[in-house]
Amino acid sequence: MTMTALTTRSLLAPTALSAALLLGACASPAPTEEEAAVQESSALQAESVSITDPWIKAASADDGMTAAFGVLINEGEEDAVIVAATAEEISDMVELHEVVDGDDGNTLMREKDGGFSVAAGSEHELSPGADHIMIMDLTRDLEPGAEVAVTLEFEDGSTQEFTAPVKDFEGANENYDGDHEGHGDSDEDHGGH
Amino acid sequence: MERPAENGPRPSRRRVLLGGAAAAGVGAMTLGGGDALIRSLRAPAETVANAERVHGGRTYPFHGAHQAGVATPPQAHARFIGVDLKKDVDADGVRRLLTLLSDDASRLTRGESALADTEPELATAPSGLTVTFGFGPGLVERVDPKAVPDWLGPLPEFETDRLEERWSHGDLLLQVCSDDLLTLSHAVRMLLKDTRAFGEVRWSQEGFRRAYGAEPDGTTMRNLFGQVDGTVNPGPEDEDFDPLVWCGAESPGWLRGGTALVLRRISMDLDEWDRLDRPGREDSVGRRLDDGAPLTGGSEHDEPDLEATTPLGFPVIAEYAHIRRARSEDPDERILRRAYNYESATGEDVGLLFACYQRDPDRQFVPIQRRLDELDLLNEWITHIGSAVFALPPGCSEGGFVGQTLFEG
Repeated sequence: MTMTALTTRSLLAPTALSAALLLGACASPAPTEEEAAVQESSALQAESVSITDPWIKAASADDGMTAAFGVLINEGEEDAVIVAATAEEISDMVELHEVVDGDDGNTLMREKDGGFSVAAGSEHELSPGADHIMIMDLTRDLEPGAEVAVTLEFEDGSTQEFTAPVKDFEGANENYDGDHEGHGDSDEDHGGH
Repeated sequence: MERPAENGPRPSRRRVLLGGAAAAGVGAMTLGGGDALIRSLRAPAETVANAERVHGGRTYPFHGAHQAGVATPPQAHARFIGVDLKKDVDADGVRRLLTLLSDDASRLTRGESALADTEPELATAPSGLTVTFGFGPGLVERVDPKAVPDWLGPLPEFETDRLEERWSHGDLLLQVCSDDLLTLSHAVRMLLKDTRAFGEVRWSQEGFRRAYGAEPDGTTMRNLFGQVDGTVNPGPEDEDFDPLVWCGAESPGWLRGGTALVLRRISMDLDEWDRLDRPGREDSVGRRLDDGAPLTGGSEHDEPDLEATTPLGFPVIAEYAHIRRARSEDPDERILRRAYNYESATGEDVGLLFACYQRDPDRQFVPIQRRLDELDLLNEWITHIGSAVFALPPGCSEGGFVGQTLFEG
């Protein structure tokens, strides 16, 4: 199955992408003027960042909520920031969330100020119990093995779409900060609803 | 013969992303190998000092023309799991299930964690892990009722059978083998987590052989009667292996390059066997216990002389001896055996998980078993208590899934 089908809305010509990536490696020869020019014009964050091993927790429309995970990798020379995400085929309400320690000692999930930043040459993991893409008001059931398209929006306005398979997963049931409902599962063990 | 690959040391992600030596690798990404590169970057094995382990890093490729776990040299441990699909699982459900399972298998057999793996550290020592999938008629029918091969279903009844439903049949087979039991257990756990939305475990059977490296490679296994078991067995290096094992033009198109598994749970009465002295034990099979050589002499792999007689005129290898009865004049009536010993937790049921692979059970396993059913002294001590037949599709390529051919018919 295609786990990491990536597309970007403003695709570069392959040669330009090649040049940009080569420039990211220290040992490559000094760029020619032409390559340098290409790099300057191709610094869109969506092209520097890829997501690998994305997945979404299975949930029903009744559950209402779920989350997407994966590992963001920035192969570019500049930091990138994801400021929003959308998943039009399943929800109109997608947020970038973090998990923090609450005042009562329990962990809470809440929207992350400023989004997810991925420093140049590093990776940022989205995982249960940590940063994740929160998907609310599910408009349909997400059955295990289905594939869902998610679009990331970057600080500079560039976007990138990926598809993620749906996985049956028991975890990722953290509490919410504020008035959100429970997180997909109807389990009783999360008191903060 | 499949050979395992040893995982070499892997570069750390950071080195590849930032290090000077990575220029070539990063450049290669632009040529379309990006996904593979990222995958290798994320291999958890990178933290394992390969030099310090003996065989935990050994892998067999999941992708290929045939599924691994058939021609693969048998690992020390095996788990066979029969799954019943839920009633509401349709063709699309089957496709989703198989897609998830193949993805899990492709990652785990490389020594990488599965997607959404909550115990990724348990995946880092594949130790020759293979995951093999088989379909019962119940699964095939949901995708394409016309695609069920004639032989896929319960075997004909044999006189000596005492089959129990709890060890028989099933819609989907998971066969997981590894030289490391913790790795195997984790792989099974991941596969079943992805299966539970689609079906329920009908039975699970655990088998074992000697530990990896305990005997020279290629040593014929021993069963719990102490017998050398499986001497006459086609090997992947043999010319006639392929036509005996892999389904060909006579099969439904989706099965070509696949095979048929007959799994029999053969209970062995060790207490009764204890009453038999050593000559009696050897006489029942027709082989010596110490080295497995035929009673007519030579060594294990020498042909038995079925015409040889004692000074009194009796056959040296008795008319009722197992090896005489199992033998066929027809060279097509042969099977690939890949059996495992089993022992129930309390020890009241021990025996052999007789797993055998062939292109057509009706023409291979059935005639052999018919002869043994009619006459085989070993039947005094063994009883077939479970039986299942599965169609094992061909292997898949990277990005595909096992069983994909069934959807393309």
